Order: sequence, then structure tokens, then C-alpha cells
Amino acid sequence: MSLKVIKAGILDTIQDMGRYKYQYLGINPGGVMDRFAASIVNILVGNSMNEAVLEMHFPAAAFLIEQPTIIAIGGADFFSTINGEPVPLWHPILINKNSVLQFEQLRSGARCYLAVKNGLQADKWLGSYSTHLKANTGGYKGRALRKDDAINFKRQSNYSRFFSEKDSIVLPWQADIKWTGDQNDKIFIIAGNEWKMLDNASQYHFLNQPFTVSPVSDKMGYRMRGANLTTNNGFELISSAVSFGTIQLLPDGQLIILMADHQTAGGYPRIAHVITAHLPVLAQSRAGAKINFSMTDIETAEKLLMLQQQHLLQLQNACTFRLEEFLNQ
Amino acid sequence: MIIDAPYRIFSLGDSAITLDFGNFIDEKINQNIIRLFYSLQRAPLPGMIEVVPAYSSLTIYYDPWQVKKFIHQNETSYKWISEQLEKRIQTPLEEENNIARLLKIPVCYDKEFGFDLELIANEKHISVEDVIQIHLSKNYRVYMLGFLPGFSYMGLVDERIEMPRKLQPRLRVEPGSVGITGRQTGIYPLPSPGGWQIVGRTPLKLFETNSNDEAACLLKPGDNVIFYSITIDEFKSY
Repeated sequence: MSLKVIKAGILDTIQDMGRYKYQYLGINPGGVMDRFAASIVNILVGNSMNEAVLEMHFPAAAFLIEQPTIIAIGGADFFSTINGEPVPLWHPILINKNSVLQFEQLRSGARCYLAVKNGLQADKWLGSYSTHLKANTGGYKGRALRKDDAINFKRQSNYSRFFSEKDSIVLPWQADIKWTGDQNDKIFIIAGNEWKMLDNASQYHFLNQPFTVSPVSDKMGYRMRGANLTTNNGFELISSAVSFGTIQLLPDGQLIILMADHQTAGGYPRIAHVITAHLPVLAQSRAGAKINFSMTDIETAEKLLMLQQQHLLQLQNACTFRLEEFLNQ
Repeated sequence: MIIDAPYRIFSLGDSAITLDFGNFIDEKINQNIIRLFYSLQRAPLPGMIEVVPAYSSLTIYYDPWQVKKFIHQNETSYKWISEQLEKRIQTPLEEENNIARLLKIPVCYDKEFGFDLELIANEKHISVEDVIQIHLSKNYRVYMLGFLPGFSYMGLVDERIEMPRKLQPRLRVEPGSVGITGRQTGIYPLPSPGGWQIVGRTPLKLFETNSNDEAACLLKPGDNVIFYSITIDEFKSY
């Protein structure tokens, strides 16, 4: 065994970028909430960006690492320690066997990601390692991790030559998580097909008042608290497709933003969609966070997504080079 | 096709596009959608991730990053995908007969499973036996799947047993439960909270996680379904 759960967390699951091609059967894609962070921790350990990672919520599990490997931690800051020593986010870390990895304090964000070099051995279902909790399949036995669970690494590596007395070695390069187009405090949205169903006052409120992430929010969707929105001619829609980031208007005038574990179809008005490049920010927002929406267009949404993707590719080139250089020394 | 009904194409966020024929349930429209769906599955558009049919709409999920490789720098992936979709709408498609399957599904309408039979009978001023016979009398089309893995939206249910959704959804509906809401009928594949009026239960598995391909779900969009009645003894020994 390679990674053993010595204390359970509240919701720690194995996830990759999601299970696609089966939505026509009602099987939702799921996958990580924050694709940007999950991609970067994978990049840091030299994995492909869509390798399966551990997605953790606070309080997170504590792990005994039974074999030496390279890990990276990113996303939310849970104040991670190895054998009691604090270790930073967004660095590759050589971790020795019999080390205890813990997450001690919720400092910022909502979801923390752990990548392991070469990935984790997990159950693949319909092309994805993502844990599908409802169907109870994929990932680790189709469920969240519990005490005494043990997950193998896909491959063992011998890093003993790097260790002397120290338990872990934080490699000196840090991933740059700032990408161009990231410098704003608003969540960009594009209009949904039912945007015009909102009356003028509601459109104005939606774009000019903050909405608060309510405590009844999970990986399926965020319930938002804010101004009560009303429609010109409210009517029920027959079911049709929705997407990660779709903002629906519920019959009580409140909003729900569909997140990674959303159902494949819905019948509530789709008044807007969060742009893909801004989903990671939303994914790291906790209950109580205030969200300001800003309307943009599809050109901008695509441009920002391209910039984000380019940033990841550049990061991948740089980190792969640094890691190979280090391991071959 | 060529699709002869008016339609609209709109973006569903920056990574998906929807072709929509309007807010109604129509068998002919759905047949066109399912044909286009299978045609797109066989020959996907460049950059397409997947295609998902619904009652009167079809949505293509795509990767704008991949689509960019095929297009001019100043063009949006959305515009290009929408043009490709328009072209496909104009391409003649094969008849649905080559695709549609007919499945016979056993249902036990015993009161042990058909919790809402009496309620429907009272509401509609007919007997429980009438409700069952009316539910059995039709050949249903699987218009779409959604809500849960393998959950089928079938129709159209005879108006005489049309029922609204329950005001208080049950906290747990057992897998195999057959329900009615509006003029739709469907089968719960997994234990789930649910608001449909439950008329019976099938011993068949609608969803199977041991299967690692599309056989995970018994029903597919465009299938035809006939229910037949079995006794509680037959159900238990199935």
C-alpha cells in the first residue's frame, strides 16, 4: 500500500476531469470542482493534467505515506504539514516513506487537491476515475475515503538517494497561479436562453447586487441568497440540457449555480452561465462568500479560456523541464 | 433530415450549444432529434466532446480549445460550431427504424409497490384496475434520459391518468419504481428522493454499474417500451 487514511475527512474523493460521452444516458460528468488547481498539482508532479487527484474538503483526512513519492498540494489552503512541519502549496514535494500528511486549518478556499507522481490506482468507470457517489462507482470503491482505506500509487519510484535526515524536501520552484485575465473580483457570465424572461428590475439586480453562497451548497450546485428575482411571464420549461456553471432561476425567485456534480438536464429557466475560465474561483468560494456577476460576451469568454489554457501549457513545459532536471541530477 | 420545423440555436455557456425546437413534447420532433443525435455520435463534429438529446432539443458539448485548431483566429469556436451544426441539420439522415428498439418491461402493479394507484383512481374517478389497464395500454417512447443515471422520460401517458407531481416528494423511492407525472412515465434506476406518482415496480435493473460501457443503462433515447403486468409472486421469483 502507498497512501493510507489514518483519520477520515468530511468529504475526500478521487476525481479526474470528469466522465464524458454518457450524459445522453443521464450519467452526469462529475469530476473535480476546480479544474485549474487540479491541473496545476498534476503538472507539478509531472502527470498529465487530467490524472486522477484527491479532492478534499475541510476537515480533510490525515494520511500515512508508506512509500516515497513526489506530491503537490494546491487549491484551497488547509495549512498542510508533513510530520508536523508546514509545507507550502503549489510546490512539488519529495515525501519520504512513513511520513504523516495532515491538513490542520482552513485558511482560504473550499477544495484542496493532492496529486501524486504517476497517479493513484483507482476504479475506472466509463472512461473516468471520478467517484460517482450516487451510482456508488468509480474512484475508490465509489465512495468518499474512510479511516484505514489504502490507495496504491500507480507506480513505485525509488527516491531514496534524495533523502538524508529530512523527511521531506520541498523542491524550490513554485507554480505561478496568476494568469492574465485573472485580476478581477467579479464572476463573468454570459446570458442564458431565458435571460429575457427576467423583468428589467431583476436583470438590474442580478448584475448590480452581490449574491451570497448559502450554506445549502454542495458539489451539485450553489444556492445563492440575494435579491428576489421575478419574471415577465414565468412558465415551466420541459427538460433540456444544462451545464457546469448554468445559473437557474428557482420558482421562489432565488438562484442556483450548477456545479461539477449537476444533473444532466433541468427545467428551470437558465438565465445565465458562468464562463468556464471563472469556474475555478467559484469552486473555491465557501458558504458566505459574496459573488458579483458581470455580463460579458462569448468572444471574451473564449479568449479568457484560451489564456488560461495557454498559461497551463506554459506551466507544464517549465515544470516538466525543472522536474526532469532535478530527478536526473 | 431535412428538419422542417422552425428551430433556434443558442449557446449554453461557452462550451456547449443547443438546437431547440420549442417548449413542447412532440414525437416527430423528438424522432428528428434522436436521428441527428445518432448521426452526430457516429460522425462527431471536430472538437465535440459529446451530444445529448432532450425532448425537443439537442445539445453539443465541445472543447473551445480544440475547436480553435480548425478555425481562423478572429472567429469564435461558438460561431464555427453553430455553422457546422446548421450544415448537419441540412444533411439527410437515415430513418429511425434502423435505430429504434422495442423493449418489453414487466411491472408488478400490486399495492405493495403501486403506492399511488388508489390516489390516482380516486382523483380520476376510475378503478385501480382501470388505472393499471390504461397505463398498460400504450406503447411508450423514451424521449430522453436525465435526472439520474438511466432515468427515462417516457410518454405520452393517456390523459385519463395524467397526474401532477407530488407536492411533498418521497424521501426515498426504490429502484425499479414506475412513476407518472404529467403525461410522462418513467422508472427510477437508483434509490432516490422522488415526486412522481408511483404505480408499480419492475424487477429489471435499469442501471448496472458492473457494465463498463453504454450497456450500463437498459434504456436508450428513441427506444420504445411496452409494459406488461406480472404478479407479486412472479416479481419475487424473477
